[in-house]
Amino acid sequence: MVKRNGPFSASFLWEPVGTWDLFIPEELNPEQKELAKLARDFIKNEVEPLREKIEGKLEPSIVPRLLKKAGELGLLMAEIPEAYGGLGLNKITATVIAENATGWTSFMVPLMCHTGISTLPILYYGTEEQKKKYLPKLATGEFLGAYALTEAGSGSDALAAKTKATLSPDKKYYVLNGEKQFITNGGFADVFTVFAKVDGEQFTAFIIEKTFPGVSCGKEEKKMGIHGSSTVPLILQDCKVPVENVLGEVGKGHRIAFNVLNIGRWKLGAACMGGSKRIMEYSSKYLKERQQFKKPLADFQAMREKLANDNIRTYLLESVIYAYASALDNACAAIEIDKSSPDYYKVVMKKVKGLNIEASITKVYGSESSDIVSDDAVQMYGGYGYIQDYPPEQFYRDNRINRIFEGTNEINRLLIPDTLMRRALKGSIDLMGEIQKVLAGLKDGYPKTDSAKPLAPWIDQLESLKRLAIYFCGVAAQKYMEKLREKQSLVLLMADLVIEVYAIECGLQRALKIRKIKGEEASKLAELMTIAYISEKIPEMIARTRQGLFNVAEGNDQEFASYEKALNRIIQPQLAPTESLKETIAARVLEKEGYVV
Amino acid sequence: MKIAVLLKQTPDTETKIKIKSDASGVDETDIKWIINTYDEYAVEEALRLKEAVGTGEVVIVTAGIKRAVESMRQALAMGADRGILIDTEGLTLDSYTAAVILAKVLPNEKFDIVLAGKQAVDDDCVQVAHGVATLLDWPCVWPIEHIELSGDKKSVMVVRPVSGGTKEVFEVGLPTILCCDKGEHDPRYASLPGIMKAKTKPIQELKAADLLAGETPKVKWVNFSLPPDRQAGKILKGEPEQVCAELVKLLREEAKVI
Ligand SMILES: Cc1cc2nc3c(=O)[nH]c(=O)nc-3n(C[C@H](O)[C@H](O)[C@H](O)COP(=O)(O)OP(=O)(O)OC[C@H]3O[C@@H](n4cnc5c(N)ncnc54)[C@H](O)[C@@H]3O)c2cc1C
Repeated sequence: MVKRNGPFSASFLWEPVGTWDLFIPEELNPEQKELAKLARDFIKNEVEPLREKIEGKLEPSIVPRLLKKAGELGLLMAEIPEAYGGLGLNKITATVIAENATGWTSFMVPLMCHTGISTLPILYYGTEEQKKKYLPKLATGEFLGAYALTEAGSGSDALAAKTKATLSPDKKYYVLNGEKQFITNGGFADVFTVFAKVDGEQFTAFIIEKTFPGVSCGKEEKKMGIHGSSTVPLILQDCKVPVENVLGEVGKGHRIAFNVLNIGRWKLGAACMGGSKRIMEYSSKYLKERQQFKKPLADFQAMREKLANDNIRTYLLESVIYAYASALDNACAAIEIDKSSPDYYKVVMKKVKGLNIEASITKVYGSESSDIVSDDAVQMYGGYGYIQDYPPEQFYRDNRINRIFEGTNEINRLLIPDTLMRRALKGSIDLMGEIQKVLAGLKDGYPKTDSAKPLAPWIDQLESLKRLAIYFCGVAAQKYMEKLREKQSLVLLMADLVIEVYAIECGLQRALKIRKIKGEEASKLAELMTIAYISEKIPEMIARTRQGLFNVAEGNDQEFASYEKALNRIIQPQLAPTESLKETIAARVLEKEGYVV
Repeated sequence: MKIAVLLKQTPDTETKIKIKSDASGVDETDIKWIINTYDEYAVEEALRLKEAVGTGEVVIVTAGIKRAVESMRQALAMGADRGILIDTEGLTLDSYTAAVILAKVLPNEKFDIVLAGKQAVDDDCVQVAHGVATLLDWPCVWPIEHIELSGDKKSVMVVRPVSGGTKEVFEVGLPTILCCDKGEHDPRYASLPGIMKAKTKPIQELKAADLLAGETPKVKWVNFSLPPDRQAGKILKGEPEQVCAELVKLLREEAKVI
């Protein structure tokens, strides 16, 4: 059977393991590895040595200068097509750059902001003239970009923006008035994608240059972390924007805002993955060097367990991020329209939208992974983890923003069941049919994986978790119907079930694929990590779902009893000796002095 | 101007070297391979020479197994024009046999200048470039930190550091082999477009066995072992005078280094 290239519309939730193929980082080609090296070397040699100046904002010109230097090396042009001065590389390659442009510095925030949410709106929605005018300059770093959606009164509720645009009497330009809040790169950017409402109603995107009349910036925010990044209000006072600089259509700005964020989310996840690897390089070395009780810290199991947990979580995250990048690449590769056609990017955007659940997962899972890993690092360093001379302190602070911007993790979680339900109502996915199948299985039982297959019991665990997620969605939807939206604690649990299914699926499939292409010896660690994760995560998800079902029953014992009976039929946890598995994993991390698969 | 760079692939100097369980060699499983550090300086100098002249070719010449192509591509991504891989699969070369096969290849190409790193950071033998120069009867300067082409392009002026901060300046006729130290120029980054372009630059493959013509290694590796683990350090406490006296005593009696 030919495997489909990646999931679509969250199909991973009901399709059996092995239905779709995923790209794994073990398949990266030599050029991609070399790009990784370029990005790493750039950060190590050019950026990290300037850390104190960057983080202390001692010389405001440093970050723009470094961005331009990155531009000279081509690090800003990867995703821009050749026709506009870039290289037209795919998302897998962009992932490689994003994850490796990380280190003991907050420089990746301005970098990702420029190549992601600042450049992509023009690439995906710009007219030919707009692309010709802006992309080549964004590709080299001659122009630096920013993205201005948020306002003081509208953050998560971005469409409630108050910034207003009015067409001039001669219809040659729009006059914009309003103030945007928390604009990354705002202090030095040359081009902004700004969202405003035409006549206070039609949400619309505009390309605004710093030099347009009426554009100014407020003062730098004092932040908890990412001190090296510029975050300012963008003030538009009778700002005159030529009509040619409307991006996309008047009244269709919301599409741009949300689709661009979808892409930004994956990139953020990729940076979180890279950051997790970097911090593990520090913590694994530190455990070997620091002595207490006349032994290195690495001799204490409590410390080794943290290292193993970090490695497992990062392995799953890495699998998730590359799976998303390759799913989008494959979806785009299958587009039959010519790339130069004006319709091409419309189709690309449809593909992006089709993968928005997966994009939200990369963001939520990524930002929470790097929070776990950097928190562990602070703990492993003890008091030194709290001191600025050591890396964990900054990693820990800098990471925190990732759960907030590009859509808070709550907003991203809520989006997952919401999208599922919407697609089910529209009939583009057959969620009801899947729920029926799970219910039917309560009587007839569920198919089991052939026990001769590698990892068979763990594949079964995942299949069961999928059924549990579908069952829970079904129960909650049936009980609350259109009121489900207000039951956010249930909706968040639905999201978590979906997220864990996807993460486990990516990790499990990757382990199986490594085994297939590189042999059993090479896949051993990936298998152990997947098993250890399942062994701990599934009981946790069962317990949370049980509680969720109890809450749904609203005190009706009989109702809960029937839910619980179903739950027990659908899934029974399988345990593994995680203590010894983690010892094996930690030993490898310590030996390699960093993240290892 | 036709310039060759002799480039060797070596383990990253940060790699933790492990010995195979039977002590027959280095365990290569977790090794990250890089361009030999000094060869990277040589690539940079070669590219600068070509840029100064405005025309010419920089050719990367490597004796090694297929894996080394990755490092050759890195040099091509920096800007070199093409490569010649002398495939040594199945052979164990020493400095002598490496010099023999390189000396067979270089004359055919009629290079004006051959650059090499001053040494390879893996075995640190410092012999191959000298060996090639001897076999070809070309002048060779080791190590150099500065190269300048003469106005008539028939010779180069090179600066060689000697101990105590003194520098020697040579004028050398072409063709010549020059061994680069860390000089005044940091190797450039392979840029992203450079990396993509390198994919399509030609690498010609030759077989080392065909070039050896019966020559065999002069050196045999008998056994490999790691140096003993470093002992934990000692911190001396007290008044400076006492500490100094104690330090001298320990250096003489315990460490036996003075
Ligand atoms: C350092 C930094 C850089 C930034 N860079 C940019 C940038 O470059 N461009 C840009 O446009 N914006 C940027 N932002 C803004 C950022 O995207 C917003 O801060 C973020 O979207 C949250 O909006 P808010 O701050 O108004 O929080 P609020 O929307 O007020 O949210 C507060 C809390 O309420 C929760 N919440 C809100 N609505 C709901 C709901 N419906 N259901 C459940 N919970 C809800 C949120 O999850 C959150 O926990 C940046 C912010 C910071 C701090």
